[in-house]
Amino acid sequence: MNSVLGDRRTIIILLGPALLLYTLVKVVPVAWSLGLSFFEGNSLRGFEFVGFANFVEFAGDDAALQSVLVTLRYALLATTSQVALGYALALLYVFVLRRGSAFLRTVVFFPMVLPGVATALLFRNLVAVGPNQGPVNDLLNLLGLDSVEFLASGDLTLATALVMNLWQSMGFYAVLLYAGLLDIPEETIESARLDGANGLRLVRHVVLPLSLPILLSSIIFSFNSTLKVFDGLLALNNGGPGTETSPLTLYMYRTAFEYAEYGYGSTIAFVLTLLCLVFTLAIFRSSRRKVED
Amino acid sequence: MPTVPSSRAVGVTATALLTALSLTACGGQPGSGDGDDAPTSFTVLSANEHASMRTDLDALAAGPCAAQHEALPLEHQTVAQADVVQQITLLAGQGALPVHYIAGTSQVRPDGDLGTAGLVLDYQEALTEVGAWDDVLPAASSTITNVYGHMVSLPYQYNLEGIWYNKQLFAEHGIAEPQTFGELMAAADTLQAAGVIPFTAGGSDGWPLTRWIGMHIVREVGPQALTDIRDGRARLTDPAYVAGARALAEMAEKEYFGEGVVSRGGDQSANLFLTGEAAMTYNGSWMLNDINDPATNQIGPENVGLMPFPAVEGGAGSRDHWAANAGTAYAMLPDRYSPEVGDWLACIAGNWGSQALSSGSLSGFRVNEEVADVPAPTAMVQEQIEQIDQTVLWFEALFDAESNSLASTNVSLLVSGQMSPEDYMADLQESIDSNAR
Repeated sequence: MNSVLGDRRTIIILLGPALLLYTLVKVVPVAWSLGLSFFEGNSLRGFEFVGFANFVEFAGDDAALQSVLVTLRYALLATTSQVALGYALALLYVFVLRRGSAFLRTVVFFPMVLPGVATALLFRNLVAVGPNQGPVNDLLNLLGLDSVEFLASGDLTLATALVMNLWQSMGFYAVLLYAGLLDIPEETIESARLDGANGLRLVRHVVLPLSLPILLSSIIFSFNSTLKVFDGLLALNNGGPGTETSPLTLYMYRTAFEYAEYGYGSTIAFVLTLLCLVFTLAIFRSSRRKVED
Repeated sequence: MPTVPSSRAVGVTATALLTALSLTACGGQPGSGDGDDAPTSFTVLSANEHASMRTDLDALAAGPCAAQHEALPLEHQTVAQADVVQQITLLAGQGALPVHYIAGTSQVRPDGDLGTAGLVLDYQEALTEVGAWDDVLPAASSTITNVYGHMVSLPYQYNLEGIWYNKQLFAEHGIAEPQTFGELMAAADTLQAAGVIPFTAGGSDGWPLTRWIGMHIVREVGPQALTDIRDGRARLTDPAYVAGARALAEMAEKEYFGEGVVSRGGDQSANLFLTGEAAMTYNGSWMLNDINDPATNQIGPENVGLMPFPAVEGGAGSRDHWAANAGTAYAMLPDRYSPEVGDWLACIAGNWGSQALSSGSLSGFRVNEEVADVPAPTAMVQEQIEQIDQTVLWFEALFDAESNSLASTNVSLLVSGQMSPEDYMADLQESIDSNAR
C-alpha cells in the first residue's frame, strides 16, 4: 500500500478528478469574483479596469459600512446566544435528562429542518399588528400593554430575527455540543465529583476545559453562518425598516443582481470573505493560546 | 523509469486549461444567439408570475394568430420576476436572448444596458410598418415613452392608478368625492372619527406609500415634476417636493393608515378595503381582479368607486392627469426581427385588447372585437383609459434602479417617524446624484 500511495502518478490519478472538480466549482468562481473586484460593469455593458477604485468606494460608502455593522452586530449576538443556549441544552441532556433526552433533542432540533424563508414568514405573522394581529401582540394586550409594530423598528426587527435564529439553530448546536460532551470520560467526571466538584464548579473547572475544542468549532461554524445571514433577514423585513437590518450579503445581492454592478458586488463579496477569514483566524489563534496556557 | 511532470508544470497547465474553459463558457456576443439569422420560433421570455400573459398568447396562437403560429411557432420561456435584471444581463452577455423578452425598466432606456447595446426594437416604427400602430392607445404609448424614453415595450397591461373608495361608506358619512387634497384630508378626519380606517396601503412593499409622495408632487409642481428631477431642472430637496413627503408623514402621524401599515402586505391591504374596514386605497387597476371576485369583494362591486388623485390647492397640476403604468417592459431584439415576427407583432396589436379584456384584464391595445359580459368596474376603467390623452408618472418611474429601491425601503422610516421628510428626500437626491455620475 505504501508503495502505491508513494507513487506521485498514482496520487495525481486518485486526487486529480476531485481536485479538478473542486477547482472548477470552487476555486475558479472565487478567483473570478476576486478579479471582478478590480473592474466596473457587467457582462452586457462590458468591464472596465478600475484598479482599487471599488475598494476606495466601499470605504466611503455609508450604506456598505452600515451593512458591515448590521452583519457584525447580528453575527456577534446570534453566535453568542445560539452557542450559549446550545451548550446549556447539551449540559441539560447529558447531566440532567441523560438517557431520557432523546425526545427533547428531537423536538428542539426540529426547527433546523425548516426552510429559513418559511421560518421568517412564520415569525412575521407571530409579531404582526393590526387587523390580523399575531399572538405576540395579543399577549401584550392581555398584559394591558399596547400593540407594538415590531417590524417598523430596526432594533425590534433585529431582536425578532435573533429569536428566530435561536429557535431554529440552538437545537443543532445542542446536538453538536452534546456529542462533544459525551466524549468526556465518565471516570474523569466521577473523580472530579469525588474530589468535591459539583454543579457549576464541575462545569467551570472540568467540563468546560474538556469540551473546549468542540465549543470552538461550534463558535467558528456559528460565526461563519451568521456572518453570511441572508434569507432570514430578507424574508422577515426585506432588510428594513429602511436598510437598518440589511446585512452585507443583502447589499451584495442588490448591488450585483438588482443594479447589475458586478464589479462592486464582487468587492462587497470579497470584504465578506475577508470578514469570515479574520474571525475564523482570530478564534483559531485564541484557541491555540488557550491550549498553550 | 517513468517520468513524472513537475508539480509546477501540472499547476501551470491546469490553470491555463481552466482559464480557457471559463473564458469559453462565458464568452459570446451581446444579443441573440444566432446573430442575424431569422428565428425559427417566436420565443417569448416572460415572468413566472405573468401566467395570464402566457395563457392569452396561447389563446391568440390557437385563434386569431393561428397562421402566424404555423409560420413561426410560439414558444415560452420563463424567469422569476425578481431575477429579471440578472438573467437578462446574463443572457444578453452570452448572446442568448430570445426574440421577445421581459426586461428591467432601466435596462431598456436609451442610456440603459440594453438600449446602449442596441438590443431593443422601436415598436412605433415596426408597428407603423406593419400597419398596426393605431391599435396602441395614445395613453399607453404616452406612458411607455415617458417611462422608457422611447417606444420599446408593448402595453400587454395598462393600469390606471387612483384612489379606490367605498361608495357606501362615503354616503353613510355624507362625503362627496374629494376634488382637492384638503377635502381628501377632511374626509379622512370624518371617517377616522367614525371609527373607519380612512386609507389602507400595503406598506411592506414600499411603493403603495411612495405613490402618495409622487402624486402630491405632481399635483403641486405640475405633470413635468418628475422629468424635471431626471433632467436636473429641480431637486427633490426643493420645498414643493419635500411637501409631498411631509404630506405622507403627516397622514401616517395622524394614523390615517391604521395600525401596522409598515408591515402590512398588499393582500392584507386589499382585504381591509374589500371587507369595508378601510374606506380608501391608492392602487392600480390590476386590483380589478379582486374587485370582480365575489369571494374577496364583500362590499360588492357596485360600491367600489375610482377617483383620480385630487388637486393640491394652489398647485400647477390637474386632477385630470391620471397616473398610469404599462406593466413590465417587454422588448424585442432588432436583429431577430423578421417578416414572420412582424406578422406576430401585428396580430398581437390587433387582438390583444379583446383577448385580455375577455380574460378580465386591461391592456393598452385597442379593443377591436366586442367582448361580452365585462364586469361593470372593468368596463368603467376601460372607458376611462380610452378617454385619456396624457398621463403622469409614478414617483420612482424615472429613478435609477438603486434610487428606486432606496425610495421604497426608506419610506418605512418616513411613515414611522424615524426619518424626517427633509432627510428622506435628501438621501434620495444624493443617491440619484451619485448614480448619475
